[in-house]
Amino acid sequence: MTAHLPVLQIALPLVAAPLCVLLRNRMAVRGLTILVSWLCLGIALALLDQVQSTGVISYKLGGWAPPVGIEYRIDLLNAYVLVLVAAIGAVVMPFGLGTNEPGVREGQHHLYYAAFLLCLCGLLGITITGDAFNVFVFLEIASLSSYTLISLGQDRRALTAGFSYLILGSIGGTFILVGIGMVYMMTGTLNMMDIAERIPLVLGTRTIWMAFAFMVIGTFIKLAVFPLHQWLPNAYSYAPPVVSAFLAATATKVSYYVLARIIFTVFGAAFVFETMGLQRLLMPLSVLAMFLGSAAAIYQTDLKRLLAYSSIAQIGYMTLGLSFANLQGLTGGIVHLFNHALMKGGLFLVVAGIVYRLGSSNIKDMRGLGRKMPITMAAFVLGGLSLIGVPGTVGFISKWYLVLAALEAGSMLIAFMILASSLLAVLYVWRVVEVMYFAGDAEANPELRDPPWSMLIPTLVLIGATVWFGFQTDLTAGAASDAARMLLEVAK
Amino acid sequence: MIEALGLWNYWAVIVLMMIGLYIVIARDNLVKKMMGLTIFQVAAIMLYVSMGKISGGTAPILPEGPNHSVVYDPSVLYSNPLPHVLMLTAIVVGVATTALGLSIVVRIYEAYGTVEEDEIVAIEEQAGQ
Amino acid sequence: MSPSTAIGAAILLPLLGAIGIQLTGSKPNLREAVTIITSLLTFAVVLTLFPVVTAVGPGNRPELELLTVLPGVALAFQVEPLGMLYALVASGLWIPTGLYAIGYCRGHDEQNQTRFFTCFALAIFAALGIAFSRNLFTLFLFYEVLTLSTYPLVTHYGNDEAKAAGRTYLGILLTTSVLFLLMAVLWTWNLTGTLEFKLGGILAGKADGPVVAMLLALYAFGTGKAALMPFHRWLPAAMVAPTPVSALLHAVAIVKAGVFTVLKVIVYIFGISFLEDTGASTWLMYAAAFTLLCSSVIALSKDNLKARLAYSTISQLSYIVLGGALATAAGVLGGGLHIAMHAMGKITLFFCAGAIFVASHKKKISDMDGIGRAMPFTMGAFFLGSMSIIGLPPMGGSWSKWYLALGAADGDNAIFIAVLMISSLLSIAYLMPVVGRAFLFPAKPSDHGHDEAHGDHDHGHAPASGLLSKVFPEFHEAPLLCVAPLCATAIGCIFLFVFAEDIYDLLLPITQDLLPMTAER
Repeated sequence: MTAHLPVLQIALPLVAAPLCVLLRNRMAVRGLTILVSWLCLGIALALLDQVQSTGVISYKLGGWAPPVGIEYRIDLLNAYVLVLVAAIGAVVMPFGLGTNEPGVREGQHHLYYAAFLLCLCGLLGITITGDAFNVFVFLEIASLSSYTLISLGQDRRALTAGFSYLILGSIGGTFILVGIGMVYMMTGTLNMMDIAERIPLVLGTRTIWMAFAFMVIGTFIKLAVFPLHQWLPNAYSYAPPVVSAFLAATATKVSYYVLARIIFTVFGAAFVFETMGLQRLLMPLSVLAMFLGSAAAIYQTDLKRLLAYSSIAQIGYMTLGLSFANLQGLTGGIVHLFNHALMKGGLFLVVAGIVYRLGSSNIKDMRGLGRKMPITMAAFVLGGLSLIGVPGTVGFISKWYLVLAALEAGSMLIAFMILASSLLAVLYVWRVVEVMYFAGDAEANPELRDPPWSMLIPTLVLIGATVWFGFQTDLTAGAASDAARMLLEVAK
Repeated sequence: MIEALGLWNYWAVIVLMMIGLYIVIARDNLVKKMMGLTIFQVAAIMLYVSMGKISGGTAPILPEGPNHSVVYDPSVLYSNPLPHVLMLTAIVVGVATTALGLSIVVRIYEAYGTVEEDEIVAIEEQAGQ
Repeated sequence: MSPSTAIGAAILLPLLGAIGIQLTGSKPNLREAVTIITSLLTFAVVLTLFPVVTAVGPGNRPELELLTVLPGVALAFQVEPLGMLYALVASGLWIPTGLYAIGYCRGHDEQNQTRFFTCFALAIFAALGIAFSRNLFTLFLFYEVLTLSTYPLVTHYGNDEAKAAGRTYLGILLTTSVLFLLMAVLWTWNLTGTLEFKLGGILAGKADGPVVAMLLALYAFGTGKAALMPFHRWLPAAMVAPTPVSALLHAVAIVKAGVFTVLKVIVYIFGISFLEDTGASTWLMYAAAFTLLCSSVIALSKDNLKARLAYSTISQLSYIVLGGALATAAGVLGGGLHIAMHAMGKITLFFCAGAIFVASHKKKISDMDGIGRAMPFTMGAFFLGSMSIIGLPPMGGSWSKWYLALGAADGDNAIFIAVLMISSLLSIAYLMPVVGRAFLFPAKPSDHGHDEAHGDHDHGHAPASGLLSKVFPEFHEAPLLCVAPLCATAIGCIFLFVFAEDIYDLLLPITQDLLPMTAER
């Protein structure tokens, strides 16, 4: 059994999805989804344990040996991303057990959960596979199901948001496909480790340069790197809050993983940073994302949109860490991958709870909410403090590594810019905190109290994790630094 | 020059890709955007399929010999079947994307009464006021 | 208990107290009892560490390590003389502040008292965490906790004015701490690979030239709580808070956290002799002197008593920063002494300001003519506190001024002796008139009716006020719970004069890194 864990990781949700479609009963479908997501978490943890003790796992799909057969290859980096994605899934799926899923019409729950499971399957698959074309396939599975989920939002603008995301996302996916094709043309293989071995011979060819460009740009679209981020604010604002929580915490993280794989495993850091000079493009774009994203967040009137723009800024931090290409920077980028997933997942779940009680995510409607919904507001404040980067939260740990990376790279200016953009986060977080705690009492609405425990528990788990991992950083920063070290060594 | 003409398959890919992208960007009608996206995806498919063809290669089908066995003649040059296989998957992905996109367009039509993007933006602006 | 346990207990007690206060929020008397008991216990535990610190040398200081957060960065505590002094000041003065706050809140019928006392306890928790921190990470962590836990105190009244003040408060403190202080901490790590405090500093050999001065600038301006100009505006802005909060801010926890941080960084990150050799702190001397004089002058122009005291505080804080910047043994010792002296003196003055407000609703000095006759205890205490701030014997403040002047002379920076003299004159100019007008000028005619009405008003309230009015019917003092603490702290100023030598002996070891140097000379 344990030998087949890698394939079970994606097979379980993949099989459960059509099962959901067949089982129309709402409770059965819900129960199945939760069960599968928890099993996936268990499998991911087992795989992580295995990788940490025995090293890289290589699984031959269907028994066909690589490089001809598809290989699932799990090393330190994707073991952690697997655990992250599975954990977020396991926390988000039981959210609001016993309440109505917002935006889903009566009688369509089985389709909603099927889409959720497919999304989970796709994300796990992207992370676990060692075959380049397989990445594309799972990428499309994840993307298509996320377009579906986003379009289910209550607001009719969710439809246009989902449609724009579909167009942009498909263009991105196709770019990646073209890139893979060109690499295949030059190296004759699709297995990522095999490509890494064969590609040094052809690194000078224009085809490989174009392949690199296509793959990177395609990934940038999926990662919402400024200025290819246009789909994200609308998608996260109008989607059902639970979907936003799930996607904000996973989809962009997995895309970041894909970028790291492309750069460090497939093409190699020397080619990417010295020959192609990616950092000359990525560093300015990251800094722009950090500032413009945070600045845009300050002016938003809708809380979900605010968090969406904040995500763009936070993604800027991750890509900045990557563009430094030193150990601190890459560690910072990877640790921020975990940390931001926890923060944003938690914050979006807070918003989901608020929307459930209040019916709106407009900040003006949240006046004095702090008194009526103390636990929810406390969770928001903690999550916000983490976004700012107050010590004792995970946000601080990310900032620590990123600023040190900037200092190590010799750039005081970028170090200051990282800290200055955290101050912008103070502005948009505190704006919301002020409204909630001060501006007059919320309408004397007897309905207004904390969301039910089925919603509070997942929220508090994620927010609590942002504080816990602010102190116990072995699992996050320790792992990130191991993974970063491994990536940089392989590249040498 | 002759060499450039010999790469006509790549030219076709480029032309299709640019047409597709142009339609997606320049046309307001959502259905036309979907068409553009499909053309764009077709370009990628063409790239793979055309790379599979090897000069002087024949269709990659092993002939049947006596007793339902397969005859493998090492002197015969076969084209690469792998890109075709990959593209079967990609075609399916494309179909799914198109189906999903068009179903969203149908829902948009139900919600807004139009599938022209500029009109939708105008309706939303009016509703916002 | 063992020293490590004592450290843990000292820090944990206020936190537990905060939880206790939250839980007993619905029963006010029980809740106040929790505050009082917690403050007494905390002070007792901190006191047990005193003999331990004085007995051991730098290598054997009592320690408590909690956990390693990042490789090489731990959440760890260690008791050393400066921290011991700050902890004693913070936990010791919590007791009278707690009593005073109870009296004030009841006399004023404040809203949200549970939140008030909870945040008080949390602020002390953060202050003790700062005092006992073993490395820059722990200090920075508790520094930010202090900022955040005092925000609800500053914005207590919840009106627009409070909200605006809260924005200034948080804005300046967070901006300086994130942009400058955190930058300094990370840069220190980048240069030296450690954040641990070490006597003699950790920068020798790792940094030189302009880097040292720049790093010092980041630390000095990054510690917004030390109110160095131009990052001082949060202090006057925070005056919108209730007076017990101002007393807490300006004597006990926050500003002392700021100057403590500056001194600690100077002694344990840079090293006094290292600073002296590199001369990197010369600019800081001038910056501190500028703040000193400028805020004293501004204090002269303020008619609102609390605003005047706020600017006085900014000025007094710069004394301590100046002491550290002088980079001589006497200077640093003078600065450390002043932490205690100023705390005691300023808390008295703020207690008095609050008592005046509770008793007569007066905020402006121009309204306070003749109030000494109605409130002799309060104004008497104010007089004693002012003398300490001005630096006249027999008040404790005279000792710290003496050592600061000595420190300036030691380092051939005699110009700063002149600065100290001028500022003493200025403080006479802005403090003495208050006392003078209170006792010597006749009361304004419109006051009488107001006082009597208010006397009756107090009668109906807490029994404590009734006690004072029964014993001294001709006075219109504030409730006993307000007056007793301020008398105690006023007498404390005299005590500190007598016990200054003990504090001096406590602090002397921090200048140990200079002794080998002087031996060489």
